[in-house]
Amino acid sequence: MNKLILRTASRYLLPLLLLFAVFILLRGHYLPGGGFVGGLVAAIAFVLHAFAHGLRTTRHLLRIHPGYLMPAGLALAIGSGLLPVLARGRPFLTGIWHPEPLAVIGGIGTPLFFDLGVFLVVIGASLTILFTISETR
Amino acid sequence: MSGPLILQPVLFHLLLSVLMLFLWRQPRYHRGISAVGSALSTLFALALWYRVEASGWVVLQAGQWPAPFGISLVADSFSATLVVLASVAGLAVSLYAGRAIGMARVRFGFFPVFHFLMMGINGAFLTGDIFNLYVWFEILIISSFVLLTLGGEKRQIQGGVKYFTLNVLASVIFLTAIAVLYGLTGALNMADLALKMDALDNRTLVRISGLVFLTGFGIKAALFPLYFWLPASYHTPPSAVSALFAGLLTKVGVYAIFRIFTLLYPKDFFIDSLLLALSVGSIVVGTLGAWREDDLRRTFSWLIIAHIGFILGALALRDARTLSGGVFYLFHDIIVKTGLFLCAGVILRITGTASIKASGGVMEALPRWSLVLAIPLFALAGIPPLSGFWPKVSLLAGSADQGAWVYAGALLAGSLATLWVTARVWSGVFWKAPPSGMEVKEPLVTAGRDRALLWPVLMLALVSLGMGLFPEPVQSLADRISTGLMDREGYIRAVLPTLSMQ
Repeated sequence: MNKLILRTASRYLLPLLLLFAVFILLRGHYLPGGGFVGGLVAAIAFVLHAFAHGLRTTRHLLRIHPGYLMPAGLALAIGSGLLPVLARGRPFLTGIWHPEPLAVIGGIGTPLFFDLGVFLVVIGASLTILFTISETR
Repeated sequence: MSGPLILQPVLFHLLLSVLMLFLWRQPRYHRGISAVGSALSTLFALALWYRVEASGWVVLQAGQWPAPFGISLVADSFSATLVVLASVAGLAVSLYAGRAIGMARVRFGFFPVFHFLMMGINGAFLTGDIFNLYVWFEILIISSFVLLTLGGEKRQIQGGVKYFTLNVLASVIFLTAIAVLYGLTGALNMADLALKMDALDNRTLVRISGLVFLTGFGIKAALFPLYFWLPASYHTPPSAVSALFAGLLTKVGVYAIFRIFTLLYPKDFFIDSLLLALSVGSIVVGTLGAWREDDLRRTFSWLIIAHIGFILGALALRDARTLSGGVFYLFHDIIVKTGLFLCAGVILRITGTASIKASGGVMEALPRWSLVLAIPLFALAGIPPLSGFWPKVSLLAGSADQGAWVYAGALLAGSLATLWVTARVWSGVFWKAPPSGMEVKEPLVTAGRDRALLWPVLMLALVSLGMGLFPEPVQSLADRISTGLMDREGYIRAVLPTLSMQ
């Protein structure tokens, strides 16, 4: 297979796909999308990069082992659920929103951070699985 | 601030798992974290139990969404007591696993998955939303499958495939029943469902959905005739894992049957008769299976099936006295079955063989500790001062009052058969001289670090002994729980305070 096209394309596709993943993550609160789909798209971006440039380059690009994204995402999701309990004495998972929406990103609140946690867990889990499979081949 | 208290049994285990995932490369810390964490979570569970005993109910509406719309977490005495017992059993398993589980399994995440499983068990006990219950069951299946197959031995995979196939099938059936109910009522909150289902005209469809639930939960609780995955899989993993499964996993299915069939399907002659017949069937096949089995842990696995029949038969009779016997038996069974499989683990280490015929000499190797190991064994048979005796009295007296002679007969025959099986295990494993050629690995257990394996067994034996010697508080708790289960109004009012019953 001629890898030149794939290599060149993946170099441009990686940032584009990651941007798209973030877009899906942010739009997910009221519209279709969210952390799970966004995380899958981001994972696909890295998998595509690994196909073109080899696993080692992608691992180097990621810097940390993707496995650690799972506890980090879980901790972020739990934290965003516990914040209303600890800060306001409200029930678990109550949404606390910043009063004014920010430009581009939109409303910022604990549900966004919960979704971000899901995003990280999905990237971590799918990359760990895919990297492990392609390593043992 | 009742919120955090009901969250702790669920969230605390999740936090422990997250901490251990961060320490993935340092597995030597996992044992300590798990032991300390399990002890703390037992204290939290006790705190929740005291709160529930003081105020009757602890309800949390997650995300501040009011009851029929959001997900409710509900702790009544039944849930709270089961959470306490699960934490005690979990603590014993965690302490035992800290010694017995090899470093290879710890490195592949035994303890994080163990705490995910504990989270799932507590979540299933506490949720008030039927779809959420399904989600907890999924968490249970996935983490238990990992624990069952971790280590990758051939027989583990063989057992795991049967376990996973049947349990996923059960989940699909359970989900189908939820879908039917949602289609009929548009509700998922259990209290809301209970109200809306009463108003339905199409009783046939309601009854069919009940049968679908019974099939799904029946597989999970290893009820006759869909029990065969249990003796095929529970003896394959390390004993710490079997103990957890035997003590808690099938009991989650039993809890779900208790909750759903008291709240959503109160007193339906057809469903109750069917449940009674299936319970009697479970008692019969369970004891017959244990009768002819030679493998130690498989023998105990068959007895699980028989005793599930004891418990569910009590529900089928729909009588407060029998039901309280069933609830008491459930409490006793969680502690004793966990202890029994931990015992089996110790015995396997001493004798080195799973076969009852080929083993022996444990009494000689461990004269004093054998008495401790005997407590779960004889509590199972229901010998009077131990915890199995009292619930059987209530069960027998209650079923005789109801004129349910078949069930009462099965109960008596099942108890006698259990006694016979435990006597066989006692004489075969403890009394009999070890067959020539087998070396009893006595120093392995009595000296050195393996001695610590005996402490969790002692802990569970003491709990069982306490329940047997002081049965009155447990009996009155079981009485209160069974009247609470029979009277749905309290539950519905606690979850939906704005709605009044018509």
